[in-house]
Amino acid sequence: MRQIALTVNGERHEADVEPRELLVYFLRERLGLTGTHVGCDTSSCGACTVLLDGESVNSCTLLAVQADGGDVTTIEGLAGHGQLHPVQQAFHEQHALQCGYCTPGFVMATVSLLKEQPEPTEAEIRKALEGNLCRCTGYVNIVKAVQQSAAAV
Amino acid sequence: MIPAPFDYERAGSVDEAIELLGSREEAKLLAGGHSLLPLMKLRFSRPSLLVDIGRVDELSGVSDAGDRLAIGAGTRHHDLNNDPLVQEHCPIVSWTAGLIGDPQVRHRGTIGGSIAHGDPASDLPAVLVALDAELVIRGPDGERTMPAVDFCSGVFDVALGPQDVLTEVRVPKLGPDVGWSYLKLARRAQDWAMVAVAALVTRSNGMIGEARIALTNMGPVPMRAPAAEQRLAGAPRDAGSDTEYALSEAAAVADQGTDPPGDVTASPEFRRELARVVTKRALEEALSR
Amino acid sequence: MTVTEEATQTLVGTSAPRKEDARLLTGQGSFVDDITIPGMVWMAVVRSPYAHARIRGVDLTKARAAEGVVAAFSGSELADDWMAPLPMAWPVTEDINNPSHYALAADKARYAGDGVAVVVAASRGLAQDAAELVEVDYEPLPAVTDVEAALADGAPIVHDEFGTNRCYTWPLAGGEDVDALFAEAEVTVEERYRQQRLIPNPMEPRGVIASTVPATGEVTLYTSSQIPHIARVTLALGTGVPESKLRVIAPDVGGGFGSKLQVYPEEALAIVLARRTGLPVKWIEERTENALATHHGRDMIQEIALAATAEGKITAVRVRLTVSMGAYLMIITPGTPLLGAWVYGGAYDIKGYSFECSGVFTNQTPTDAYRGAGRPEATYAIERAVDALARKLDKDPVELRRLNLISEFPHDLASGLTVDSGDYHATLDRALEMLDYDGFRREQAERRERGDTKQLGVGFSTYLEMCGLAPSRILGALRYVAGGWEAATIRFLPTGTVQVLTGTTPHGQSHDTTFAQVVADRLGVGYDEIEVLHGDTSVVPLGMDTYGSRSLAIGIAALCSATDKIVAKAQRIAAHGLEVAEADLQYEAGTFRVRGTDRTMTVKEAAFAAWHAHDLPDGLEPALEETAVYDPSVFSWPGGTHIAVVEVDAETGVANLVRYVAVDDVGTVINPQIVDGQVHGGITQGVAQALYEEAVYDENGTLVTGSLVDYLVPSAAELPSYELDRTVTQSPNHPLGAKGVGETGTIAATPAVVNAVLDALAPYGVTDIDMPASPERVWRAIQEARS
Repeated sequence: MRQIALTVNGERHEADVEPRELLVYFLRERLGLTGTHVGCDTSSCGACTVLLDGESVNSCTLLAVQADGGDVTTIEGLAGHGQLHPVQQAFHEQHALQCGYCTPGFVMATVSLLKEQPEPTEAEIRKALEGNLCRCTGYVNIVKAVQQSAAAV
Repeated sequence: MIPAPFDYERAGSVDEAIELLGSREEAKLLAGGHSLLPLMKLRFSRPSLLVDIGRVDELSGVSDAGDRLAIGAGTRHHDLNNDPLVQEHCPIVSWTAGLIGDPQVRHRGTIGGSIAHGDPASDLPAVLVALDAELVIRGPDGERTMPAVDFCSGVFDVALGPQDVLTEVRVPKLGPDVGWSYLKLARRAQDWAMVAVAALVTRSNGMIGEARIALTNMGPVPMRAPAAEQRLAGAPRDAGSDTEYALSEAAAVADQGTDPPGDVTASPEFRRELARVVTKRALEEALSR
Repeated sequence: MTVTEEATQTLVGTSAPRKEDARLLTGQGSFVDDITIPGMVWMAVVRSPYAHARIRGVDLTKARAAEGVVAAFSGSELADDWMAPLPMAWPVTEDINNPSHYALAADKARYAGDGVAVVVAASRGLAQDAAELVEVDYEPLPAVTDVEAALADGAPIVHDEFGTNRCYTWPLAGGEDVDALFAEAEVTVEERYRQQRLIPNPMEPRGVIASTVPATGEVTLYTSSQIPHIARVTLALGTGVPESKLRVIAPDVGGGFGSKLQVYPEEALAIVLARRTGLPVKWIEERTENALATHHGRDMIQEIALAATAEGKITAVRVRLTVSMGAYLMIITPGTPLLGAWVYGGAYDIKGYSFECSGVFTNQTPTDAYRGAGRPEATYAIERAVDALARKLDKDPVELRRLNLISEFPHDLASGLTVDSGDYHATLDRALEMLDYDGFRREQAERRERGDTKQLGVGFSTYLEMCGLAPSRILGALRYVAGGWEAATIRFLPTGTVQVLTGTTPHGQSHDTTFAQVVADRLGVGYDEIEVLHGDTSVVPLGMDTYGSRSLAIGIAALCSATDKIVAKAQRIAAHGLEVAEADLQYEAGTFRVRGTDRTMTVKEAAFAAWHAHDLPDGLEPALEETAVYDPSVFSWPGGTHIAVVEVDAETGVANLVRYVAVDDVGTVINPQIVDGQVHGGITQGVAQALYEEAVYDENGTLVTGSLVDYLVPSAAELPSYELDRTVTQSPNHPLGAKGVGETGTIAATPAVVNAVLDALAPYGVTDIDMPASPERVWRAIQEARS
């Protein structure tokens, strides 16, 4: 067991974790933040995307011990209670989600993208979402939502 | 999936990492974890101890070392992609770093981790081979340097002893007379290269002075394409039919001496064809910038 | 605003914002893996690494001794826990070879991934640790993973008891004599296509939690399923848990695409292990496990022949399929290819039709429904064959289609069913206009002229679809064991808010939104006052679930019947309250008005009167709640035109989709944005089959594309934005005039893309390519055509 301390959605958490505990399960099972999902075993699908120190990372390919001292934002922490972050609002308005399983990952990847590239073209959006897979939407409305977000953020 | 149990230590310095690696059989270094952790989750890799060098400050960052850039092995692909020094002096490296995996992977994965994994489908190793880059390795017996071309000896097999740490990658600054290209063919944007080609072309008096070509995923290790390089030296470079002829001649032998793998995405035979086609295009692109 | 104006304000036809989104966008969804039950333990399944192996022994000693292990069992140890094998609900012929299939293999493993033992432990990681300690003594046997090889003499036999790998052969013929039509045909084409095996890959892998009340024997099963109602029936039969004590809940379900239209070993195992241990048992599928343990789709050889006149009028279609069942027959494995049996003639007016399908066992993951199920395969074959005919006649593929498209409705298909409505020419005209067909051909000609490395190609798919599964009588005639009806309940609560219960089970389709839109319009209740409940057999006892584009086609038809019943009862209450005859009342969207007066009573007011019941008409039961069950008399028939434009790099073989135009006719549209979303997603899965995805097995029967690294689900970076439009031809058989839309894109897209690739390669003389049209396949096709 290792002791770690990290900030998640603005709250500090200390815990003893087994080294093999993945960040995603720490978030989901210790902290009850089940909005971050697991979609694959191979770092291919991006469903587990969270922000670590403001940047998108796959929380399934990160040990909780590696995030020690870090600042994590999950989908639950993006906006205040009852509020939607502009990216969430854009996903809603553009019907950029169907089953919703990949959605938190896409939203977090988008937040990270817009921080690095505030005015992406469609081609840049599509390239920047290369690490997130969606099986429902065909990405058409996701791209529109990112464009709307870029205009709003 | 959950990795099999292991112990974990965080190293504060390279020397501490070397010491920790020596403390246990089957100890492994953990940097960004994007090569290692997926294998551990699938339980294909079962280290007894992970030595985390993710916070070793001396390993990260890029510095100007005269005619070279010194890139810390712990520098993340994302930072390499956006580093102004690298963009200015060795743009083939920053460009290539932006092609690795996807943004999430680039936010964690490091140049050192990518090289040390020894995957012949990785992008940066071929680029470093084309650049004649130098790798700095520190072990229990001190520090040594090694040309990038000698680092990989086989698939997932590199010149690192059990206690060695790759600490730095030294790449030459490219002058204005050097055109470059790294062209990658992959099935999907996030995928490993089916084949990729790094090309560096030195322009000299309307001629091609020197061409350096290295191939990704055309054998167990990244490799140069000497036959193609030889045909280019001294060739005209001004986009006329003579240049076109020289490039075609060179590209036609780009696969000589390679030993490409076959997998679901491409057979060895098709990889050879791709190597020839992509070499031609990479050379054209290199000559145009 | 007058009452009448208010009444005409409708939500149907508008893009009402999705009710589902607020939860899903903020991490407040509830997928199976998000659910924790106190005392819960974890199950892990030990799977055969061999495609075919005798199980000589299973040693659980080490696993049972491992940290945190609660229980571990082999297949033979659980043999007495089953009251029946796993369900197979569609014995398509009387003499079908139907092997017994239990949750764990006891004697032989028949595909790589076949479960052979199970462990239960305190955590996810400990269960995985213990599963590794199970020692299985396998005797590897030769395996077969190709349908034609499986039928060859001397092939390894998957099920020894049958002495053959042939599962069944099912024929269908209709219209004029096909042999005669071929004999007199001026032109014929014979084509052979391979539908590669696909892995559905919904983004949420499967998951199960079974929880019991030992004192009463009650069992609650949470499962990531499209079919909680069908699962309850079949799991009750399989495990012996009385159906009345079994509650099945499909919470938020992260996509299905047919792969969760199934009753799986892990659902049965979790129930049995929860019963044995008295503990809640959870299992969450890993993605790499999903590739092996969740059913696959497609995988068949198609032989199709067209008979035609010299002018190009198609007279007859003859089809022969050889289909991989995989190792076992799951819930509708044998029937899945037959869902396309009636539509291999496409949207074309033909005279004679014959079809024969053979199911074949192989040492592979079982196949079953994958988005479109049978109909994408049919559309692929006929659309490619029409292009082949156009090539043979040197005709433009559009002109050939125009010549043959069905143009009068209702139309009796030669295969025996009747298409109720459509306007295929209108969708084709609109799609061509959006594409600028002439402009495209000019650009294409210029590139061909100058020998450009990157060639353009255009491909068409003028499709019809048969969906809305299904009229129960037809299902019965086809030997399917269940019905195809659907149920809906509308419940007015005393405060005026409304619960809508549907027996359909969404997993991304937006039922909460569209069902509420329909109810809001018909009952004059606020959209926000309506809650749509589904997916829990104790909340919604009656239902047949969601697949085959049936929720709108049948579920909403049932919903409309339920609103009619509500209105009828409310009208009696209103007439009584307003002291007029029922005939004096005029009803418009939630309000009864005494004709010629301003005296009104709303349905809500009637609902309150029905609840307090102080003054109801004599003999009328209190409460305003009505259930309707609707059994369709016909299938739903969407249709349309899809056009793909690809750019093919002739040197690297890379084919990129650069434009995609889709004009569909799905009748009345309830929510345009949601319909667009269904089409977008459907197209993408069709494109993925054409260009990217394939489950590949090696010679030993090992799946080599077992993760999302190797199985190429495309990302946004590989695809363009699509250009969509619609025509509207209402269905005369649906109360709203609507038709199914969930599968149209997948059904239409695949042949459009492959036809486009072949069009791009026409200058090189290429006329055939297998899917996916990978760079290597394209390159080889060019090399072979040149030599």
